[in-house]
Amino acid sequence: MSKAFRFWGLFPAWALMVLTLIIPVFIVAAVSVSERGAYGGFDWGFDLTAYRQILFTLGWTDELEFDPKYLIIIGRTLAYATGVTLISLILSLPLAYWISLQSARMKLILVYLVTLPFWVSMIVRVYSWLIILGNDGLAERIYVFFGGADGQGFLFTWGAMLVGMVYSHIPLMILPVYAAVEKLDPALIEASHDLYGSRWTALRRVIIPLSAPGLIGGSILVFVPSLGAVLEPMLLGGGRQLMMGTLIQNQFGGSRDWPFGAAIAMVLLTIVVLVLIVNARRAARQMEASA
Amino acid sequence: MSRQSAIEIAGVSKQFGDFTALDHVDFKIQQNEFFTLLGPSGCGKTTLLRMIAGFETPTQGDILLNGKTISDSPAHRRKINTVFQNYALFPHMTLAQNVAFGLENLGWAKGDIKSRVDEMLEMVHMAQFARRKPDQLSGGQKQRIALARALAPKPEVLLLDEPLSALDLKLRQSMRDELRRLQRETGITFVFVTHDQEEALDMSDRIAVMGNGRVQQIGAPDEIYEAPENRFVADFIGETNFLDGEVTALDGDTATIHTALGIDVTTTQSGVTAPGPAVLSIRPEKIGLEAQAEGETREGTVVSRNYMGGFTHYTVEAGGVSLRVSRRNAQARADRIEVGDTVTLGFQPANARILGQ
Amino acid sequence: MRKQRDIRSYPGLRTLSLVFFAWLYLPIGVVIFYSFNSNRLVSVWEGFSTKWYVSALQNDALMSSVRVSLIVALFSMIFATTIALLAALVITRAPGLKMRRVSETVVNLPLLLPEIVLAVAVLILFSQVGLNSGMFRLVLAHVAFCTPFAFMPIRARLQGMSLDVEEAARDLYAPPLTVFRRVTLPMIMPGVFAGAMTAFVISMDDFITSNMLNSGGGTTLPIYIFSLIRQGTTPELNAISTLLILVSLILATIVLILNARAMRRDG
Repeated sequence: MSKAFRFWGLFPAWALMVLTLIIPVFIVAAVSVSERGAYGGFDWGFDLTAYRQILFTLGWTDELEFDPKYLIIIGRTLAYATGVTLISLILSLPLAYWISLQSARMKLILVYLVTLPFWVSMIVRVYSWLIILGNDGLAERIYVFFGGADGQGFLFTWGAMLVGMVYSHIPLMILPVYAAVEKLDPALIEASHDLYGSRWTALRRVIIPLSAPGLIGGSILVFVPSLGAVLEPMLLGGGRQLMMGTLIQNQFGGSRDWPFGAAIAMVLLTIVVLVLIVNARRAARQMEASA
Repeated sequence: MSRQSAIEIAGVSKQFGDFTALDHVDFKIQQNEFFTLLGPSGCGKTTLLRMIAGFETPTQGDILLNGKTISDSPAHRRKINTVFQNYALFPHMTLAQNVAFGLENLGWAKGDIKSRVDEMLEMVHMAQFARRKPDQLSGGQKQRIALARALAPKPEVLLLDEPLSALDLKLRQSMRDELRRLQRETGITFVFVTHDQEEALDMSDRIAVMGNGRVQQIGAPDEIYEAPENRFVADFIGETNFLDGEVTALDGDTATIHTALGIDVTTTQSGVTAPGPAVLSIRPEKIGLEAQAEGETREGTVVSRNYMGGFTHYTVEAGGVSLRVSRRNAQARADRIEVGDTVTLGFQPANARILGQ
Repeated sequence: MRKQRDIRSYPGLRTLSLVFFAWLYLPIGVVIFYSFNSNRLVSVWEGFSTKWYVSALQNDALMSSVRVSLIVALFSMIFATTIALLAALVITRAPGLKMRRVSETVVNLPLLLPEIVLAVAVLILFSQVGLNSGMFRLVLAHVAFCTPFAFMPIRARLQGMSLDVEEAARDLYAPPLTVFRRVTLPMIMPGVFAGAMTAFVISMDDFITSNMLNSGGGTTLPIYIFSLIRQGTTPELNAISTLLILVSLILATIVLILNARAMRRDG
């Protein structure tokens, strides 16, 4: 392979990512410490107002008052993302394991079936839950059928948001978990039984430890996008309970406070980078341990 | 030398980082020769082959084709073709397209390509499969197509990288004969790489035994087996007994060694430059037991016996030395020698060889 | 015959899995079902009708957003696939490439970060450099996050393909470009195709970035659907969604079949 091609082959990818991603992220950082513009937007400068705003509000007499409302939003976002990740994890392991027990042909079909809904437009998938969970929707009818009280549906609740977010993100969990479980040597489970272990022992001491890389990888794939979710909070959560994604979005829409939006984006980015660093370290340690 | 050598390897070394794969390798391959590079895995034989083909560049030294250096020309400009270990047939092309591929790149005329492809498929008995794709073939059939494809452009030299290793035992034997036939028919120089000594002994005009990145010995099959030049070759080709000893007299190619068996043996030597420690190499089938014990003889005790059908292998202990002895079962009910028996063993000094340490 | 007892299985596993699949397909089924409802009220079944499809197809605003989405997706697909193919070739084939790890990370960067951050980033960038053309902004941003999706299957094919075959082509007098055109490209074509399709669908489906960049002449289909949802659920929306579901499922099926076939061929 010629030197020229080595360079020109990689050049477009690098140029694209540097121009549309790396430089812009630095610009976001710069904007987050700029002043808010008089008519929206921002003016270059150095001003930590946006970050101060996360923790404090200005009182009547311009004194700083601690105000946890944005911390609550950040905390809520983390809580939802964690919840979505845990629910996906708990559902994915048995499902992936069950798929791995099927015949080769069936496995292919089932993996296809798991992946398929993921190809459907995100907005359509969220919308479908809007119909099911809405007033007089399928969920309410089932609820009433089993003796529940007729109400206004289940939209705009934490449950609706969790269901929608799990629905959107779960294939990202199932596929890596399946990849790990599928590689499990059946003889290991047989050996566990042979050595007087119960099914529960096999699960706890063999299946889970050996599929850990898939479980962790899937968790990150679900956790990171969940942190930045926008559509589910807006449509299923009704926008009443702000999340970091919607909070950022609002600053660039109606509220037009770009520096504050940029600051929240930086906080989100920092959380994600921390998660990725912790994971990279863990992976490196594991590599070392197995080497 | 009056005849131009087909391939000349001139002082070639190859480093991969800190690892020396080849260390100053020098030899010539003659025109129309079936030449084999034989050695254990990791000895550098495949690296050497890949350098001749142009897939690797020597760190040092030069490779010449018909007297002209080819070290700087890329693989696609060398009139050398390769039969790959796993055939490397193009899966998306038919067999005919596979065979035509090289000819198209050489710019042959359409009509010539067609007749050459037909001729080659005919030669490997695959004409009726021309329109098939490689994944519809058996291993042996793929092998034939790989050969036809590599021979079609009439290369100066054909390289074969362990081409028989992926075939089952029966097929391997018939492919050996087939390869010999093709080499004779085409008159092309074959350079064959293998780790299978039986294959090498059976097929080759000459063999280069490689070990530890160096050429250990080059010679005809019987030379390699009967007159190994060093311990590595004697050990790698076939089976042998090494008797430690002390060279007491040295006269050019012959020497006298006082062995651990307690007997003195005078025979041909190689690698001994001065009196001192050396080994005597004697192959198990060259040692006779009881009635067949000739030449230098000793008493010994049989400590193990392995019946192999055509042969029986014995381990005999004599004078504190363990010797492997192989005895042909020439009679259906031969007089049995059992473990624990005391036997006479012996060998002709001419069948043994003194090697430097 | 005795009942087979599989020690690898667990009680309830099958039921749980079946319930899961039902849950997975329920929403899609509901949307499709109600799209044939003649009633204007979405969740009150009245009778079978295809009239909402007719009205959807006659909706000019919808059609114009479909046009925008198709154009953006088409260009994003072409650029993303080309960039990904070039990068994958160098990354998998250049021996001793020092930038391999970091280049791979850079190409996959959009997958590592939440999309909302990237959306904000490009929005500020475009506003700074004064890039106002809606379509162009969209394509540029979409190419960035579609590239890793195109890259992954292409790189997988390139890595899965044995190098022998390329060496054999060189051995048979093919110069580098011929090796690529006649051997490498045909062999990785399923990967290239899968990558291109994925990029196309990802671009078509994008909401977060497109919404952030939404401005004159840049209303994509998901943005239009979002605005309809904001106005309340309508059967027409169901019809539009159903059409979109069908297109997605067809594309997905093509990609997955290609992948399965390629995997089988590689053994």
